[in-house]
Amino acid sequence: MMSHRGRTLTGWGVVNLLVILYALIPVCWIAALSFKDPSTLTDGNFIPREWTWANYRGIFQTSEFTRALVNSIGIAVIATTIAVVLGTMAAYAVARLRFPGKRVLIGMSLLIAMFPPISLVSPLFNIERVLGIFDTWAGLIIPYMTFSLPLAIYTLSAFFREIPWDLEKAAKMDGATPAQAFRLVIAPLAAPGVVTTAILVFIFCWNDFLFAISLTSTTAARTVPAAIAFFTGSSQFQQPTGSIAAAAVVITVPIVIFVLLFQRRIVAGLTAGAVKG
Amino acid sequence: MAEIVLDGITKRYPDGALAVRDFNLTIADGEFVILVGPSGCGKSTTLNMIAGLEDITEGTLRIDGRVVNDRAPKDRDIAMVFQSYALYPHMNVRDNMGFALRLAKVDKAVIRTKVEEAARILDLTQHLDRKPANLSGGQRQRVAMGRAIVRDPKAFLMDEPLSNLDAKLRVQMRTQIAALQRRLGTTTVYVTHDQVEAMTLGDRVVVMRGGLVQQVGTPQHLYDAPVNLFVAGFIGSPGMNFLGATLEQNALRTSLGDLAVDDRLRRLLERQDAPRELIVGIRPEDFEDAALVGERRTGQACTATVDVRESVGSDVYVHFTQEGGPAGITELAELAADSGLADTGMRGHRIVARLDPATRAAEGSPMDLWIDTSRIHVFDPATGANLTHPERAEY
Repeated sequence: MMSHRGRTLTGWGVVNLLVILYALIPVCWIAALSFKDPSTLTDGNFIPREWTWANYRGIFQTSEFTRALVNSIGIAVIATTIAVVLGTMAAYAVARLRFPGKRVLIGMSLLIAMFPPISLVSPLFNIERVLGIFDTWAGLIIPYMTFSLPLAIYTLSAFFREIPWDLEKAAKMDGATPAQAFRLVIAPLAAPGVVTTAILVFIFCWNDFLFAISLTSTTAARTVPAAIAFFTGSSQFQQPTGSIAAAAVVITVPIVIFVLLFQRRIVAGLTAGAVKG
Repeated sequence: MAEIVLDGITKRYPDGALAVRDFNLTIADGEFVILVGPSGCGKSTTLNMIAGLEDITEGTLRIDGRVVNDRAPKDRDIAMVFQSYALYPHMNVRDNMGFALRLAKVDKAVIRTKVEEAARILDLTQHLDRKPANLSGGQRQRVAMGRAIVRDPKAFLMDEPLSNLDAKLRVQMRTQIAALQRRLGTTTVYVTHDQVEAMTLGDRVVVMRGGLVQQVGTPQHLYDAPVNLFVAGFIGSPGMNFLGATLEQNALRTSLGDLAVDDRLRRLLERQDAPRELIVGIRPEDFEDAALVGERRTGQACTATVDVRESVGSDVYVHFTQEGGPAGITELAELAADSGLADTGMRGHRIVARLDPATRAAEGSPMDLWIDTSRIHVFDPATGANLTHPERAEY
């Protein structure tokens, strides 16, 4: 006879397992496809009969993918850095200072976060062409920054609010200049929040497809998610399924490693933002 | 070490709210001054203005003879102990205590000696390499003190440093702080809302209410000669009892019976044009069980029914209820709200008497009480002023 508690646990276990399977099957599928030989792609087996690295070798042989990878890394890193630096300053002000128009500022940033990006794509396309930043790194970095700043400000201000105000006063009384107080006392305490925010923003930039496909036209600034869509088979009769799968795995792995490493931090960061924001 | 002079200090917030109004006080070198009052009375704001954490709207602040209104906290050379302790969580005790000296670019060996010396005084030597998170409340409090004394500053500012400790530890630390201050001889300004702390620690106590200084004096002086209803009710535990009274020919008619008005009191009241409706204040210890009072002592007897008898060993506290206490007096309402009395929902007006433990007072039965009429205070209900204050007798 199982106790009531035992039955509840089993029940939850089953539900959790279903959710995990639901989430993981597509990922496994892609991974399996990436290891299949093009001739066995449609043989109906989930697990490849013959394992091959050919798809991976293939995508790294042409500059189409490597160039896109460089673009992705460069654009995501730069956009993340700028968004986190600006977000840190803004969040500090939001959390610490009372100033006129604070509510308006918070409201505006929320508004930006709520704006459907798809509605901005065509105006941005036109604006960027006029400004001459269409199909450049800057052309992607700027919208990424804009859309990730609200996220950064929200998460970071939740972290800053957790730091007791008295610490900064104590540092001032101990003879610190405002800059020293920030550098020696506040920044070390805010570091976990900054790291969490950086990861969240990085994932957002890294995964974006909409802006990447709309605001680029050549390999000059095309990031991996967009570049994958331009993959072609080795002949016009061949589907590039294997290469697409391999490329998808390559860009997913770093994110998975990141998230595993900082898992606790990110969860804490998200809940902090949810409760305090 | 230094003298601190507050000359007409006023704090007005941008929205027009006055937090502190015209605060004048000269704190002598080495003096221990307590700012006390209910929450929102402006005591912490005053402390923060001395610290430099808040701007001074009007008036001048001099530390050691120099005007420091526009100086940053770091240029005032004063140390502060916060209610939350505000220890840097990412530094160990040694680094916490030495932080100010490191910022001041003091030689490393000197920092080490000073920190260890302070740790020895505060009994923290074995905890020097631990993080604040691993310390108990009392140890954290001592680290906060240590951070202040390591610097050997001109003055200490303490913002309710004991309010996060449990009752027993608080009493211990209170004694330690007093001993430490005497030993170092550093000018100290201490903020608290606890009148017991104020009475036991300070050389002088400043009672504040609504941003205004009510009275400044030694603890005993505030207790014996409060200038108004607020100070009278705030200082002392249990607080002073207040009764509505009507001035008759030769007596003050109260719900406890008529209290005889002697010549001294009559002259005082006449000279000040006292109104007919007055408030009488009687300290709990100015009551006594009539059966235990010798014949020779002059005073007044009355009868009341005991509600609650509390024995604390050395004394017996007797509570009884009187109908119709003084009503509509803002000071008294404020005091009741501050002590939490307003929330107890009890009807009527409570009177507390401190009696000799030999008393036979029993709950539920009437007893004869004796009142020392020479020690009663009489207040003007309109202004709250104490009409029996000794300074008024000298007019």
